[in-house]
Amino acid sequence: MIKSKSSSSLLCSSLSLARVLGFLRTTLLNMQLTLEFGGGLELLCDSKKIHNVNVEQQNGEDKLTMKDLLSWVRTNLIKERPEMFMKGDTVRPGVLVLVNDCDWELSGQLSTSLEEKDVVVFISTLHGG
Amino acid sequence: MEEERQRRGGGVRLCCLCNRQRASLKRPKTLQQICRDCFYRVFEDEIHDVILSNRLFSPGDRVAIGASGGKDSTVLAYVLSKLNHAHSYGLDLFLLSVDEGITGYRDDSLLTVHRNQIQYGLPLKVVSYKELYGWSMDEIVKMIGVKNNCTFCGVFRRQALDRGAAQLKVDKVVTGHNADDIAETVLLNILRGDIARLSRCTSITTGEDGPIPRCKPFKYTYEKEIVIYPFYFIAAATSTAAFANPSPLSFTYAYFKKLDYFSTECIYSPNAYRGFAREFIKDLERIRPRAILDIIKSGENFRISTTTKMPEQGTCERCGYISSQKWCKACVLLDGLNRGLPKLGIGRSRAGITGRKDRNENYGGKSIDNKQCGTLDF
Repeated sequence: MIKSKSSSSLLCSSLSLARVLGFLRTTLLNMQLTLEFGGGLELLCDSKKIHNVNVEQQNGEDKLTMKDLLSWVRTNLIKERPEMFMKGDTVRPGVLVLVNDCDWELSGQLSTSLEEKDVVVFISTLHGG
Repeated sequence: MEEERQRRGGGVRLCCLCNRQRASLKRPKTLQQICRDCFYRVFEDEIHDVILSNRLFSPGDRVAIGASGGKDSTVLAYVLSKLNHAHSYGLDLFLLSVDEGITGYRDDSLLTVHRNQIQYGLPLKVVSYKELYGWSMDEIVKMIGVKNNCTFCGVFRRQALDRGAAQLKVDKVVTGHNADDIAETVLLNILRGDIARLSRCTSITTGEDGPIPRCKPFKYTYEKEIVIYPFYFIAAATSTAAFANPSPLSFTYAYFKKLDYFSTECIYSPNAYRGFAREFIKDLERIRPRAILDIIKSGENFRISTTTKMPEQGTCERCGYISSQKWCKACVLLDGLNRGLPKLGIGRSRAGITGRKDRNENYGGKSIDNKQCGTLDF
């Protein structure tokens, strides 16, 4: 009983700390992006190919990188078999990524920074042809 | 828009071929950074060069394109009909599809092929397992279960394509096997110790001694580029350049966009064994993209000692198809099915096989031709 009380108060204090931190930030980053899944990847997210999403950046950074987006997608969009989409902290080899029609290998892969209204495409090449 | 792009990532990288447009793709083969227009040019030019330098076709040839509705065969059908037009190959092209009879899978992908028929104006021929063998894959699976059914599918598909090609009276069959597929197959043949297949899996043309040779115009084409080709096509359609020079082919850009090749895995088997090789190849590619071409090259350079006993090619006593045994594999399998003993052709019949080999068999070590289902493969 005592234990749970202390843990809930701990939760409270960490929540309020988070709130304070949130206030400290000048703007809460909320970015509108269009994500497209193809080549079978759409099956991992409700068989929907195009997702218009609002991605909130929580960790105090004022920019959003592909690395952030990938972990966001993994938590929020991928409904099953995440290993088909990611391996480690990046996409699984064989998944093609295009940011505004441009191969992400040219823009720095995980470190590619995203901007409002960007279009990010993920296509799996792992299916039979 | 360009301004915004320049702001990002510290300046725009220009295409290293034309030096004018923004680079939008890193070629795995060369690591060159090129723009969309140059990509189209080099992608098509390279295939044209492969066709010429390997003398894949002669003028007047009737050529069947093995079309599964997947990305490789869809892009192959498009590029080949475009090149045939542009360089006056003088080919009569056909689409040839195999209907394995898998509800919810092949029936859907065949719809894609039917669309291609209209888009490219190529006549389509569909041969079905049911009509050729009296059994659809659905019926076979009902009888033998989901395990091992790839053996049937792979063996039957290979023959079905040949039979369809014979009905079309074509001189050649082309398939959409790409560089990644071939590298995978080289690895698999090494892992399985299949010397006979290892020596022929890298050939761009096979079966020249048989009735209908097969060739792979995409032998040196990376999967990444095949996947990106239709994608950029859509994007290019919105640029004015594409409208100024409309394609001579009777298809519309909107169609291509809608086309969106079929990309669902076969419902009956994910084919784990090839999957491992596939994943390994993709891991290698990430570290060093050229590895794919290098593996193909090493496969080509394998020399088999002259004392190695190779299986002799003969013909099946029952159906006349090429076979190294008395009966071809399809006839053995079919016989088993018809006699209610479907396991007949699956296990190894030779004596003295250790348990270890049996296990390999269970992991799908049947035939290298059983590529991931969903492909017209052999």
